[in-house]
Amino acid sequence: MDLITQLLVAALSSGTPLLFATLGGILIERSGIIQLGAEGLMLMGAVMACLTYIHTGSLTLTLLAVLTVSAALGLIHSFLTVTLRVNQIVSGLAMTLFGTGLSAYLGKPITGTPIPGAVPKLDLDFLDSVPIVGDLFAHLDLLTWFSFLLVIVLHLFIHRTSWGLHLRAIGDNPPTADVMGIPVQLFRYGCIVVGSMLIGLAGADLLLIYSPTWIEGMTAGRGWIAVALIIFARWNPLRAMFCAYFFGVMDTIGFKIQLIGSAIPSYFLKMIPYIVTILVLMFLGYRNRNKPSGSPEALGTPYIREQRF
Amino acid sequence: MKRMKRSWSLGTILVLMMAAVLSACGSGSNNNSASESPSASPSGSASASTAASGSPSASPSGNGIAKPRVAFVYIGPPGDGGWTYQHDQGRQYMEKELGLKADTVENVPESADAERIISELAQNHDIIFTTSFGYMDYTLNVAKKFPNVKFEHAAGYKTNDNMATYFGKNWEASYLSGIAAGKMTKKNVLGYVAAFPIPELIYNINAFTLGAQSVNKDVKVNVVWTNTWFDPTTERNAAVSLLDKGADVLLAYQDSPASLQAAAERGALAGGNDSDMTKYAPKAYLTNPVWNWGPYYVKKVKALMDGTWTNDQYLGSFQDGMIDIAPMGESIPDDVKKLVNDTKAKFVSGELNVFTGPIADQSGAEKVAAGQSLTDAEVLEMNWFVKGVEGTIPQ
Repeated sequence: MDLITQLLVAALSSGTPLLFATLGGILIERSGIIQLGAEGLMLMGAVMACLTYIHTGSLTLTLLAVLTVSAALGLIHSFLTVTLRVNQIVSGLAMTLFGTGLSAYLGKPITGTPIPGAVPKLDLDFLDSVPIVGDLFAHLDLLTWFSFLLVIVLHLFIHRTSWGLHLRAIGDNPPTADVMGIPVQLFRYGCIVVGSMLIGLAGADLLLIYSPTWIEGMTAGRGWIAVALIIFARWNPLRAMFCAYFFGVMDTIGFKIQLIGSAIPSYFLKMIPYIVTILVLMFLGYRNRNKPSGSPEALGTPYIREQRF
Repeated sequence: MKRMKRSWSLGTILVLMMAAVLSACGSGSNNNSASESPSASPSGSASASTAASGSPSASPSGNGIAKPRVAFVYIGPPGDGGWTYQHDQGRQYMEKELGLKADTVENVPESADAERIISELAQNHDIIFTTSFGYMDYTLNVAKKFPNVKFEHAAGYKTNDNMATYFGKNWEASYLSGIAAGKMTKKNVLGYVAAFPIPELIYNINAFTLGAQSVNKDVKVNVVWTNTWFDPTTERNAAVSLLDKGADVLLAYQDSPASLQAAAERGALAGGNDSDMTKYAPKAYLTNPVWNWGPYYVKKVKALMDGTWTNDQYLGSFQDGMIDIAPMGESIPDDVKKLVNDTKAKFVSGELNVFTGPIADQSGAEKVAAGQSLTDAEVLEMNWFVKGVEGTIPQ
């Protein structure tokens, strides 16, 4: 494998958990709710995946448990932010703290227990002989394929269906949506719950495929990176895919440069992902300075019927 | 508006309740939290000391303390499967041997938080073990404030009248791992996932390289720095980069088994650090240096009980068992195992020294002349790579 292929493979494997979390976040934020709980949700997803897999050995049950628990957490978040109209930033931070703490507690007995490769791989042997494509796609696991599918589905949902139109209306202007007869609260509940499930799945993906041992705090800030990626991707699922993979490459490129034998200090190389993020944001900001930011207009504002804004 | 106000306060209460639940059960994530281990207090705050075992005894300096109150400060969770795990095993060994109960505080960051936690522990403990290099200055500061409390700091070099240090010559075990790696590599390319560019890593990388070269002249060791002790995903990325570069045997001086797992997926061999990591990938496991702190903890706490505690700078070795090498993995053939064990015997007898010349640095310049050996002190401040290491030390 040449360097480019190696980087692409690395992008796929370390970008997929980020992609799931970013997609979940986009769905939630499109409905006008700020999503800062990703780190906690990912950790809960990871610990639930590990616990269930160790105790049952069944992938179906594992995914079911992950989805149920993250849906429950999403329900709490939506109850707080939609029904009680709590400050969404505070509620999101509470989710992160809660998830971090609870996962550490639940994970105590299983910390360090390795789990065998749980997710089956889709072996496309006929691709083996094809350069680059074969290296990338011939032996991918099912969750990664699912993430590709999810990007397309979410993109079509948001931009090509009437429900997606409703979603965008709610995120941009809830009073108008309400007047149109769209159930704003219900829609927001749905988006937060489904989005949280996707973020939980991101944690499960990280644990089941990327780093198959539960260790406290194993996401190491990936939830926060996903929060940045939402903005980076300007709330668009297709762009989220490129952003997540881009960040995946940046995650490993520092080591590649070290191995080439460059004299750049490793401390500096470790900053690459963050520096590049800032540079790209500046570039995009400059290029799109006359366009809308893509951020849902009503992001962060709780909707109260008949209240003046 | 009234309704809105009510829901606001209800929401605030709910958030507070979540925070309360968090602090009750989420001790692990809180930097200053007490350990969940049965010996510690059930509360989630840093006041593990409230559950200090044993009767409150004044700490008369010079005389023995019948039932010393012991505390440990950990950098990670005992379940990390590496560094902190071994310290926790040592604590349990000490508790069993001496019939004491020790308090532990885990996940203490190497920051000003550490000083606060050590001070709190110092108020009602007689001896405190701070088990990470980064606690050095904080331990020293607290030691000066509490002259009647004894402090034991791992891996550091600063002492005080009431502060001792302890560590071991784990470079000897790294040399043995190097022998195994040098024998097992087919491509003559080894990879080393290294945490921080500090002497501890540098002399271990050098010892590993010298060990590999002692059985395989052509071997090269590629080094990458992760700048973290514990981040499984970063460690994995580093390991994958080394495997991409062509390394077929890895050693990871890190606290998690991520590199071993990555190597296992690619059919390569790897070792970790600190403890026996066989269980993570029995087929792919090479071996690695391990720590055994128990006997030292028994010795020092017992010395405190007898009133013979001293503030020495202890350096353990194969001879006293503070360091050892993990059992070699199932893919390692018997002749390699035998070679490693024979070499280990030479360390035990004191016949062999890792850093005996001639040793050249990366540029080929002679660093240790033939027949000469580095002293332990010289090893502990090493800042150059031997010939055969491919990598740079950030200045």
